[in-house]
Amino acid sequence: MTATAQAGPILRIEGLNAHIAGQQVVEDVSFTVPATGITALLGRNGVGKTSTIKAIIGLIDRSGLVELDGVRVEKEPTYKIIRSGVGYVPEDREVFSKLTVAENLRLAERDAAPRRQLVEELFPDLLARSGQMAGTLSGGQQQMVSLARALLNTNKILLVDEPTKGLAPKIVAEVAETLAEAAKTVPILLVEQNLQVVRQLAAGAVVLSGGKVVHTGNALEFLDDDGLTQRLLGVSTEAVSHEASPHAEARHAAASQEKGAAL
Amino acid sequence: MSTVVLLLFTGLGLGALYFLVAAGLSLIYGLMGVLNFAHGAFLTLGAFTGWEIARRTGADSWWTFLLSLLVGAVAGAVFAAFTEFVLIRRLYRRHIEQVLITVGLSLAAVALFDGIWGTDAVFIQGPAWFKETTEILGARIPNDRFICIIAAVLVLLALVFFLKNTRYGMIIRAGVENRSMVTALGIDVRKAFTLVFTIGGAAAGLGGVLASHYFGYVSPLLGGSLLIFAFIVTVIGGLGSLTGAAIAAVAVAVLQQFANFYLGGTGDFVVVLALALVLLFRPSGLLGRTS
Ligand SMILES: Nc1ncnc2c1ncn2[C@@H]1O[C@H](COP(=O)(O)OP(=O)(O)O)[C@@H](O)[C@H]1O
Ligand SMILES: [Mg+2]
Repeated sequence: MTATAQAGPILRIEGLNAHIAGQQVVEDVSFTVPATGITALLGRNGVGKTSTIKAIIGLIDRSGLVELDGVRVEKEPTYKIIRSGVGYVPEDREVFSKLTVAENLRLAERDAAPRRQLVEELFPDLLARSGQMAGTLSGGQQQMVSLARALLNTNKILLVDEPTKGLAPKIVAEVAETLAEAAKTVPILLVEQNLQVVRQLAAGAVVLSGGKVVHTGNALEFLDDDGLTQRLLGVSTEAVSHEASPHAEARHAAASQEKGAAL
Repeated sequence: MSTVVLLLFTGLGLGALYFLVAAGLSLIYGLMGVLNFAHGAFLTLGAFTGWEIARRTGADSWWTFLLSLLVGAVAGAVFAAFTEFVLIRRLYRRHIEQVLITVGLSLAAVALFDGIWGTDAVFIQGPAWFKETTEILGARIPNDRFICIIAAVLVLLALVFFLKNTRYGMIIRAGVENRSMVTALGIDVRKAFTLVFTIGGAAAGLGGVLASHYFGYVSPLLGGSLLIFAFIVTVIGGLGSLTGAAIAAVAVAVLQQFANFYLGGTGDFVVVLALALVLLFRPSGLLGRTS
């Protein structure tokens, strides 16, 4: 942790604002992502987590400062920001459904020597299905394609938006494992509703509400503060911290999604 | 029977022309969301430049005809690339302005062609074989129909090959499905925009030369009249779908020919009716993505 602080953050956001259809969805957001480990970006549904990620890489119009590895990139178009070393795993996977698995991966290759070997080892299933249309894959397999697209290249940071959304508990565990493995070599900013996964993976946490940052700090300390999580996420984390069985996890994921839908 | 065969081949020839215009329209809309009303102008320019080349080098030879196809395609491609690069690119994501500028360009182009080549139709000469007929099942089919059909099939095959087997083809297919995700993989999708305009312009320019032989003349309004039906074809086929455009082009043109002959010249009306039915019951078109 101290080494991280000395190295400086890999990503620094300051005074970020973004609008969608005339509505402000990101409001004066500032935070940093350290150069190692996983930082969770948390908040109820609709608070602007996805918008924040999209604003960082310029997928939606924004103003404010975005500094990647000490270089300001907020004036650059999306494709240049990505090429400067960002791996993006979007909410809802966004695989190209009418392209094959192999084509999805080939399209994502930016480096001169993409890490095909690594991806094949991580996702042997994809190799077997390389000729299949990505749209015909299961949700979990599509998520593997989406993760593989990011992991093919050497990145300075991964931006991963709700990678476990809608997946069966067994697949959730696989995705979490993949992220833990990836985090050994690249820092990750992770949006995640499944707090069990957050607890397992994240070191730091940034919490949004109504498009604004309302809390930053240590992820575990945040999750252990039941009053705070109740207030900011609208869920109790007690069940999660005391029983870690897959069933509890699944129940919890379902509960938090229901809550989100109700908002 | 011979009437049916004649109508069928005439319809296929016309469908070939519709396809050559609609292919570009559909890819341009699919990838960029631009309704390109200037597309007819690419066709007209192709037709006029093809005719200029033909009449300067001897209109009745096959080599001249092939040269005029090439020159027409290049003229359409250059005009289209210029349109994308100079006008559309600045209006990225501003769709109302894009429509206004392409409508404006199409009107300006007609005025320009009027100025250069006059407002009257110019009659076209091709190789003598074009004016002869070939007998199929008792029907005497004008040979220029076959040229149109063969050219359109070759263009379709070339486009499918390009889309399936090249990296840019892959970028275009991916971009038609989800453009922002393509940029989020680090790809400069604007290069694909210029490319799609260029390809669409080339097909339209080629279509212009063929249309001038099919109809026997060129006029500044040639592109505009074909554009209307090409738009209908694009919508019926499904915006963004090349195969859809090909199927719809044939269906619309054949339907139009048969209705014109058997239903007292109601071809255009029947086509509009077909469009209305598709919009009612299958709004995304025959092969369009569901949005
Ligand atoms: N395409 C859109 N059109 C209009 N409003 C949108 C769109 N996308 C998101 N929003 C709004 O922006 C706000 C933030 O959404 P989002 O960033 O997706 O939240 P989160 O990822 O935290 O669930 C929400 O109020 C949402 O309704
Ligand atoms: Mg979201």
